[in-house]
Amino acid sequence: MARLTINGEVREVDVDPETPLLWVIREQVGLTGTKFGCGIAQCGACTVHIDGVATRSCAMPVSAVTAEQKITTIEGLSPDGSHPLQKAWAALDVPQCGYCQSGMIMAAAGLLQQNPSPTDEDINTEITNICRCGTYNRVRAAIKLAADGGATQNG
Amino acid sequence: MTTAHAPSRPGQSQPAESPPALSRRGFLVSSAAMGGLSLGFHLPFLASAEAATPGATPAAAAPEVNAWVVVRPDETVVIRVARSEMGQGTLTGLAQLVAEELECDWAKVTTEYPTPGQNLARDRVWGSFSTGGSRGIRDSHDYVRKGGAVAREMLVAAAAAEWKVPASECAVSKGVITHGPSGRSTTYGKVATAAAGMQPPAEVRLKDPKDWTIVGKPLPRLDTADKLNGKQVYGTDLKLPGMLNAAVRACPTFGGKLVNFDAAAVAGMRGVHKVVRVDDTAVAVVAETWWQAKTALDALPVTWDDGPNKALSSASIAETLAAGLDAEEAFVGASAGDARKALAGAAKTVSAVYGFPYQNHATMEPMNATALWTELRCEVWVPTQNGEASLAAAAEAAGLPVQSCEVYKLHLGGGFGRRGNFQDYVRQAVNIAKQVPGRPVKLIWSREEDMLHGAYHPVTQCKLTGGLDAEGKLTALHMRISGQSILAAVRPEGMQNGKDPAVFQGLNISGPEGHIGYAVENLLIDHAMRNPPIPPGFWRGVNLNQNAIYLECFMDELAHAAGMDPLAFRRRMMANHPKHLAVLDQVAQGIGWDRPAPAGVHRGIAQIMGFGSYVAAAAEVSVTDGKLKIHRIVASTDPGHAVNPAQIERQVEGSFVYGLSACLYGECTVKDGRMEQTNFDSYEVLRMAEMPAVETILIPSGGFWGGVGEPTIAVAAPAVLNALFAATGKRIRTLPLKNHDLA
Repeated sequence: MARLTINGEVREVDVDPETPLLWVIREQVGLTGTKFGCGIAQCGACTVHIDGVATRSCAMPVSAVTAEQKITTIEGLSPDGSHPLQKAWAALDVPQCGYCQSGMIMAAAGLLQQNPSPTDEDINTEITNICRCGTYNRVRAAIKLAADGGATQNG
Repeated sequence: MTTAHAPSRPGQSQPAESPPALSRRGFLVSSAAMGGLSLGFHLPFLASAEAATPGATPAAAAPEVNAWVVVRPDETVVIRVARSEMGQGTLTGLAQLVAEELECDWAKVTTEYPTPGQNLARDRVWGSFSTGGSRGIRDSHDYVRKGGAVAREMLVAAAAAEWKVPASECAVSKGVITHGPSGRSTTYGKVATAAAGMQPPAEVRLKDPKDWTIVGKPLPRLDTADKLNGKQVYGTDLKLPGMLNAAVRACPTFGGKLVNFDAAAVAGMRGVHKVVRVDDTAVAVVAETWWQAKTALDALPVTWDDGPNKALSSASIAETLAAGLDAEEAFVGASAGDARKALAGAAKTVSAVYGFPYQNHATMEPMNATALWTELRCEVWVPTQNGEASLAAAAEAAGLPVQSCEVYKLHLGGGFGRRGNFQDYVRQAVNIAKQVPGRPVKLIWSREEDMLHGAYHPVTQCKLTGGLDAEGKLTALHMRISGQSILAAVRPEGMQNGKDPAVFQGLNISGPEGHIGYAVENLLIDHAMRNPPIPPGFWRGVNLNQNAIYLECFMDELAHAAGMDPLAFRRRMMANHPKHLAVLDQVAQGIGWDRPAPAGVHRGIAQIMGFGSYVAAAAEVSVTDGKLKIHRIVASTDPGHAVNPAQIERQVEGSFVYGLSACLYGECTVKDGRMEQTNFDSYEVLRMAEMPAVETILIPSGGFWGGVGEPTIAVAAPAVLNALFAATGKRIRTLPLKNHDLA
């Protein structure tokens, strides 16, 4: 049994402790906005926040997270899609297939939380998620738009 | 009633594992009560944005005006799109084409996928569902526009009939029909039901492109909102009542088989429902959750028969291909004059051998499909580039008539050619579902499975020999391609007397699939077919990728051998190819070819034609301590008509990521008859830090319809490789670059 705090709700899940957090979020909790891409923390499609820090959830056993830690998924980033990054993403029509974009947005939100005005170099270093459609330049532009657009919320 | 089970909505907490509410018997009874089995689990037109909107009326409840158009009483216009959305924007582009002729209010447009089963039942009223070859728009622009125009005429006719006035006296704008003489007006939503009963006009006239107000505009995509908050349901996200999950493993050696497995060893593991033989080559574990299935599969003792290809390696494949470079027999793709004779008499000859390795599509969403099988019916939910191919595969695997099967398409988490011709995951899902009748089973491949069982970009090598006269003019060119045919393996009906015409993409004398942009008096382009036992497939850009590298890098070599500027050398041969020349000139101007590059920065240029469009790229790179940096790329495209310039810009940028990933990192190498790369740690791809600035120039010259999803991929690599030569003096002829020392 694991006790998790996800998007402000406490959830009890009956699950093997070795199960990756990603699959607990997707299959037990039922939030499928967080994606499976590689299973080895390479692509970042599974990025969530743990206490505000962008974390790849596919290679992290659920037992490594305590009930006190706050997990935020894409569904909990904002109640209505109003996070500055979501608005910037919409303004620039960033997604193509969209599969990696939850992870991209969560990684970007983690970055802005630590660094409200990232430089190109900061973005290069921190946003290492894979997008096969090739949205990188628009992801970069959207991060900058959100950063310029005002203070970021907690994510 | 409990029909139309919409996908569970993220954000609303609910149990992921709904109980298996329906025994097979119960399922049949309740389904029959609902008037048809399919209704029970049918997600009608799932992909449409409104399907996820609470309270929205399913389009099926409103009468359709014709196959393409449904207008709801609230004035929402539902446009049906047969092609699949996989990120390329075709959903929006095709809707624009229908809406343009329909004269509806774009702000009220939404879309939905018709199903392959409906297409079959209605005499293929929506035409082809195939989404590949950058054909979504270029193949269907005519009939989808006519679909919109016919619907418009029927709506106007319905209003005119109600008013008892001639339809010719009525005008329409943004879904409002007005009768000029009387000043009366009504709306599409009000007359839609009546319009559905009107006789469709036998002929309609399409608008002159100069009058377009929706087509040609950089409109936002229709599918963005749900991709920003986790609401978009991909195949991997699907939830159905009573659903089980499956993980699969096929023999990792190409051509190998499954001998046996010890199901008892994992039977007691948590959540495990069943271990099943999928077919001759694969085994799967069915469990309550996918992670449980995957965990049990990892623990499952399996015996494989490696089959006949155990000794196969990249080196042995390369040897086979190399032998074809000088083979006597070859299929001729393009010829003019007498290339061999002219080469023998040339003042100077240049020769080089290039090669291009296997690539995996590596879509971000791994292969997956969900199937529900009973003795009477089979339904499949799948991200597919060709719903009709999925339906055919499902019916065949199900052992049922195609009329008893149905496929529901979901937006794809990437396609790139992997999810069109190849429906291996559909067959697997159905084969598994047959062994748990009455319960939906969601099959998801691991990334490792995806990497080991691809439909790989084929391998080729190319020997090029060019002859220059005393003035440095190219008088003769022989390109000998040796390597793998995609069509021979996957679409043999496309072969022409043993020849694969697609091998010559971009190198043809004429035709929309790419004609060569240079006048060379003596030309011979031929193909020695060598097919290693590795399954090949259409990989975004297909054969244009390597053909552009071969031709355009060699042009650069020839220019240097002639002592000429690479742009001037090309231009001299392009007078009769004004469209090729125009895009080339555009990028030369954009990159500032006639001015010196910034200190330490070097330039390369390339052009090609393919998928009906003319493209060129110019790159600026620098190399410091052996490390390549691509500073910027200027790209130009002439697709004839540009339906949505903003989407084209995105496609061009994205195509460079795909092309440059292959150029810098991409290769699948074979050892002991299997692929060595198993995940993104060994199959690296381009990431943010390496992404150059991309400047997209669009010069739609009109009069033809070219594709935009693929062609520019092909010019990224040669432009960069030519710039790399300018920077280092090193001529890189085999990819990827990571295997070369650039210092």
